[in-house]
Amino acid sequence: MSKVRVLVGTRKGAFILTSDGKREKWDISGPHFAGWEIYHLKGSPTEPNRLFASQTSGWFGQIIQCSDDGGKTWYQPGTPPGEPTTTPDGMPKGESNKFVYDTSPETGKPLTTHQWYDGTAHPWEFKRVWHLEPSLTDANTVYAGVEDAALFRSTDGGQNWQELAGLRGHGTGSKWQPGAGGMCLHTIILDPSNPQRMYVAISAAGAFRTDDGGKTWKPINRGLHSLYIPDPTAEVGHCVHHVAMHPARPNVLFMQKHWDVMRSDDAGESWHEVSGNLPTDFGFVIDVHAHEPDTIFVVPIKSDSEHYVHEGKLRVYRSRSGGNDWEALSKGLPQSDCYVNVLRDAMAVDSLDSCGVYFGTTGGQVYASANAGDSWVPITRDLPAVLSVEVQTLP
Amino acid sequence: MILVVLPPHLRTLAGVRGDVELQVEGEVTRRAILDALETRYPMLRGTIRDHVTGERRPFLRFFACGEDLTHEPPDKPLAAAVASGAEPFYIIGAIAGG
Repeated sequence: MSKVRVLVGTRKGAFILTSDGKREKWDISGPHFAGWEIYHLKGSPTEPNRLFASQTSGWFGQIIQCSDDGGKTWYQPGTPPGEPTTTPDGMPKGESNKFVYDTSPETGKPLTTHQWYDGTAHPWEFKRVWHLEPSLTDANTVYAGVEDAALFRSTDGGQNWQELAGLRGHGTGSKWQPGAGGMCLHTIILDPSNPQRMYVAISAAGAFRTDDGGKTWKPINRGLHSLYIPDPTAEVGHCVHHVAMHPARPNVLFMQKHWDVMRSDDAGESWHEVSGNLPTDFGFVIDVHAHEPDTIFVVPIKSDSEHYVHEGKLRVYRSRSGGNDWEALSKGLPQSDCYVNVLRDAMAVDSLDSCGVYFGTTGGQVYASANAGDSWVPITRDLPAVLSVEVQTLP
Repeated sequence: MILVVLPPHLRTLAGVRGDVELQVEGEVTRRAILDALETRYPMLRGTIRDHVTGERRPFLRFFACGEDLTHEPPDKPLAAAVASGAEPFYIIGAIAGG
C-alpha cells in the first residue's frame, strides 16, 4: 500500500509526519534540528529517501542538512568530522553552508547592489536559504533559492553551491527591493517537459524564466498590476508570493501575488487575474490538484496589514475551473476566532488516487484532506509556527 | 586543555553535551581556539565566523574571565586562566531584549 510522508519546516525545528494511503493515522517524528528555523525541506523525486533541509538562524547562519534514509538520520554534506577543514594552502573547504555570490565577469555580471527599502542602493548580503528544489532527474543536483534573492545550484548532493548569476545579472537586479519578509527567492519550478526551462519568483521583484538551463533569464511579469509600487505595471517590482504549475501542463502557471490571484497560459509571457469571487485575494499559498490541472487551491488572507484568515474563519478556496469561480472548503477547519496565517511554502498535494492536500499554519497546526479539500482533519495542532509543508507519495 | 562553552544551538549542531575541551597548539588566542574548534567540529564552520571573510558573525560575542573580548584583536593572547583551562572561553549568542 502506498504511504505519504509530510515534511514540515517550523520556526523551531523540522517534523516528519507519516501515514499509510488512508491518511487517517499519523506518526510524528521530531523536532529535528530543535531550536533552529527550518525554512524548507524537500525530497528528491528520483531517490525519495534523500531529503534536503535548510536549517538557519539569524545568529549562526545557514546550514544545509541531508538525509539518505527518509529523515531518520541527517548529515551535513561536506567535510566529515575529523578531517581537516582547510586545504593544504589554508583555504576553507567547501562545506555545505557556504553560499557566496558570484561576481566574476566571466560567469555573471559583477552586480553589487539592489534597492533598499528606502530606494537607496544596498549591497547583496546572504542571509538564508528559503527554498530547496531537488532536480527531477538527478539526486545529487539541487537548487536553492536564497535571501538576498539569488539562485544557487549544487551538483554534488549539497556540498558545494554555485550561483546561477545570470539571474541577478540579467539587467533588472538593481531595481529589486525587499518585501516585508526580506528579499527572498522563494519559488523554484522545474519544467518536467523541458530540462532547460525553469521559473523562479522573488519578493519583491516578480517572476522570472530561463530557457537555457539557468544561464540567461527574463522577467515574466506582463499583466501584473501592483498598486503599491510607483509604476503599477512595471517590468519588475511585483511582490509575487508563490507560483504553482501542474507537471502535465507546464505552460500554465498560477500565481498568488501579494494581492490578486493570477494565471498565465503561455509560460508566464502574460498574466490575467482569476481572483473572481474570492472574499479577499491577498494570500501566500497556491497549489494545483495532482490529477486535475484546472483545480487549484488558495487560502485567502484578510489583508497585507492583517496577516490572518478572513472573518476569523480558516477556509481553503478551491476552483475547479482554473480560477474565477471559487468555493469555500471549511469542513473540519475552525470557523470562529481563528487568526492564523498560511505561509507561501506551507501547502502541498500528494499524488494518491484521491488527491491529498496539506497545509500548515502559523499557529502550528498541520491540516490534511484526503479528498481534495472536501473535508479536513488536523494531523497535529501544536507545532511551532509552520514555515513550509512538502509531501512525498511513496510506494 | 582549553574549555569552550558553546551556545545551545551550536551544541546541538555539533552533537556535544556540556562544555568542549580543546587542545590548542602554540599561543592561546581567540583565533587559535576557533581554528581548533572548527577543526574538531567542521559543522561549526561558518556559524561563528563568516565563511568568506573570517569575521565574527554579527550576533555573537566572546567572553572570558568576566571580560568582554568581542572586540579584542583575534590574535591577542588570552589570559593565562583561559590557557590553563581554569576559566572557560564563552561563545554567546547576543540577546537584546526578551
